[in-house]
Amino acid sequence: MIQNDMSRRRLLGLGLGIGAAASLTLAGCGGGDSTSGPAAGNGGKEYTGPKVDLKLWNGFTGGDGDIFKALVNQFNTEHKNIAVSVATYQWEDYYNKLPGAASSGNGPDIAVMHMDQLATFAARGVITELDDVAKNLELSEGDFAPTVWKGGIYNNKRYGIPLDMHPLGFYYNKTVMQKAGLDPNKPPTTKDEYTSALVELKKAGVQGFWVSPFQFTGGMTFYSLLNQWGATLFDAEVAKATFNSDPAVEACTWLVDMIKQGYSPANVGQDADYLSFKSGKNAFTWNGIWQINDLKKSPEVKWGVAPLPQIGSKPSAWANSHNFTIVKQRANDANKVSGAKVFINWLSQHSLDWAKGGQIPARKEVREGAEFKALPEISSLAPELEYAAFPPAAPGLGEVMTTFYNSFNEAALGKKSPKQALDDGVSKANKQLEDNRKKYGS
Amino acid sequence: MADVIEVGAARGDAPPPAATAARRGASARRTGRATPYLFLAPYLVLFGVFGLLPIILGLWLSVHQWDFQLPNRPFVGLDNYKELFSSDSAVYGDWWESIRATAIFTVLSVPLLVVVPLGLALLLNRSFPGRTFFRAIYFAPYVLGVAVIGLLWRFLLDANLGLVNRLLGAVGLPSDTPWVTNMPWAWISLVGVTVWWTSGFNAVIYLAGLQDISPELYEAARMDGASAWQRFRNVTLPGLRPVLLFVITTTVLASANMFGQSFLITQGTPGTETRTVVWFIVEEGLRNNNAGRAAAMSIVFALLLAVVSIANFRLFRYRED
Repeated sequence: MIQNDMSRRRLLGLGLGIGAAASLTLAGCGGGDSTSGPAAGNGGKEYTGPKVDLKLWNGFTGGDGDIFKALVNQFNTEHKNIAVSVATYQWEDYYNKLPGAASSGNGPDIAVMHMDQLATFAARGVITELDDVAKNLELSEGDFAPTVWKGGIYNNKRYGIPLDMHPLGFYYNKTVMQKAGLDPNKPPTTKDEYTSALVELKKAGVQGFWVSPFQFTGGMTFYSLLNQWGATLFDAEVAKATFNSDPAVEACTWLVDMIKQGYSPANVGQDADYLSFKSGKNAFTWNGIWQINDLKKSPEVKWGVAPLPQIGSKPSAWANSHNFTIVKQRANDANKVSGAKVFINWLSQHSLDWAKGGQIPARKEVREGAEFKALPEISSLAPELEYAAFPPAAPGLGEVMTTFYNSFNEAALGKKSPKQALDDGVSKANKQLEDNRKKYGS
Repeated sequence: MADVIEVGAARGDAPPPAATAARRGASARRTGRATPYLFLAPYLVLFGVFGLLPIILGLWLSVHQWDFQLPNRPFVGLDNYKELFSSDSAVYGDWWESIRATAIFTVLSVPLLVVVPLGLALLLNRSFPGRTFFRAIYFAPYVLGVAVIGLLWRFLLDANLGLVNRLLGAVGLPSDTPWVTNMPWAWISLVGVTVWWTSGFNAVIYLAGLQDISPELYEAARMDGASAWQRFRNVTLPGLRPVLLFVITTTVLASANMFGQSFLITQGTPGTETRTVVWFIVEEGLRNNNAGRAAAMSIVFALLLAVVSIANFRLFRYRED
């Protein structure tokens, strides 16, 4: 299953794209001076060439989409010779649609993409290298979190400029904690604190940690724990799956035992972990940063959010990141590429507004500014950037990740023991990785 | 294919206004040859472009490792077919699991989808006050899209938060049945929801068939002292035979092509046990970009369905003898 942003949005991803194509080329753009100078190929510092129209595609179907469009509007009014228009699709459709559109010449110029998709699209020649953007804008690892910055690289070339990152956070329901006599302002941070909190909750008649068998968000919780236990999903070359190692099995066992020991009900349905949290039947849920804005819409729920508790031997959290990419065009228009680079640079500098959409900005200067710190919930998850576990860059990894999540599903639903489920998953994942090696020649 | 038709169409120019009967006869003969093709042309063009051509392309894809984004699409002969039948390939387990899931769903759902609507149609065919209202009620779910009913039932059937379990608990039955996440409940839910959703459609077809049976036959049967069961057995069923054949065939195909319900309600769980063939083909072809493999799967699956459909027709022919 392709990782996309919101489980609620996945529900209708039945191949019926909600093509909310919003053309934002404002009527006030006519005043641009049409001096056809040479294209300034300076990697996104500025653009002085003739007027270009750029198409941008993204999958921001929620409230984040409106914030994004407002930013694009602002960009268009500030840049008379670049007009960016935005089209929004469901992430699921988006990744199915993009390759075909790009190869038939109907694709966008700029595509927003999750980090774990970059390698696949780079290997398939859909997107271009952006090393010169990074160099000319003097962007370096120092400006970004290293985890995010490295994720944009495939085969030693840069394909994505990171916009943000969105990790898993630890949400706690203060009302439920109070009911069980726990301090609602001191969420558990260690394994001992976590389990003793669950024991107290159980005494008060609450199953405090609903473990979902689905990727959203039980699978992502397991992904985080596996990394906390010091295990990895794949070896360094992404040639072999390793998620059946002993620490991985231990992490899986710990999580599945939550169900066995009655801290979680069995057979938690899709989204039931989150809905029960909101309705006060559940105390803790490990869920995406994007739920912050959703929870803010329910003032009756008293909640807090913190970095994930450290259950294993080191801190870690599932995370993904949105990256800007430039789509290869059949008619390579240098002006368009230059314009696109200017846009990417501008938006990455304005990513503070983007943070209000429920994301952690990738740029350090934005992250360390006072304005970002004034967004308490979102900035409280910023420390996770340092140890976030991003999926590795390998083409065709999507289907292998699906295998991983399905293995956890079998373990969480009691179909197989954790060891059996992960062993079976690994043997299938290895075959898939081998198929991918043949296919992409990596 | 289409070129041939164009030639035929070009020949079928309207004949000039005839001056004599003889000439009129000659031109009528000439048009006579082209006319059927002219009438067929629109359909043949559509069938050629949207039927035949995709089939040929599908065969073509299935003997290549086809990823339309990659520059090289090597010819692999029958490898895509072989790996569906060789137990050490990456796809083997998932493929047969999806065949199994589809078979289970078809075997469980078709009898219900054939019998329940027939019962409904027999009831709704009687005259009683409010008949039209009930006809509308039973047909109503069918107008909803699969996304709507999928979402609706997934929440209703949720093991811990769903209304169904709450109601069962209220009347003293077990209230923790995992309707959508574990076996055998997942199949019961999928079949149940499908029956609820699509029975109305088959019932409407049966109703039309029932109204085609001549009332004289029932009258004659009554004269001969036939009981209600005998009337049903010897008048209604034989009268419905062509309709039954149609309903069974279309229902088998519809059930074999089930995708949306398991995609939305069970999401394939537990593990991938309820992932159907069509879903798996979509996943391989569009998401994992293995169009060659997906095409091979489609062709194997189409052959399986053809065999089932032919058997179906045969069965009915035997009963006529």
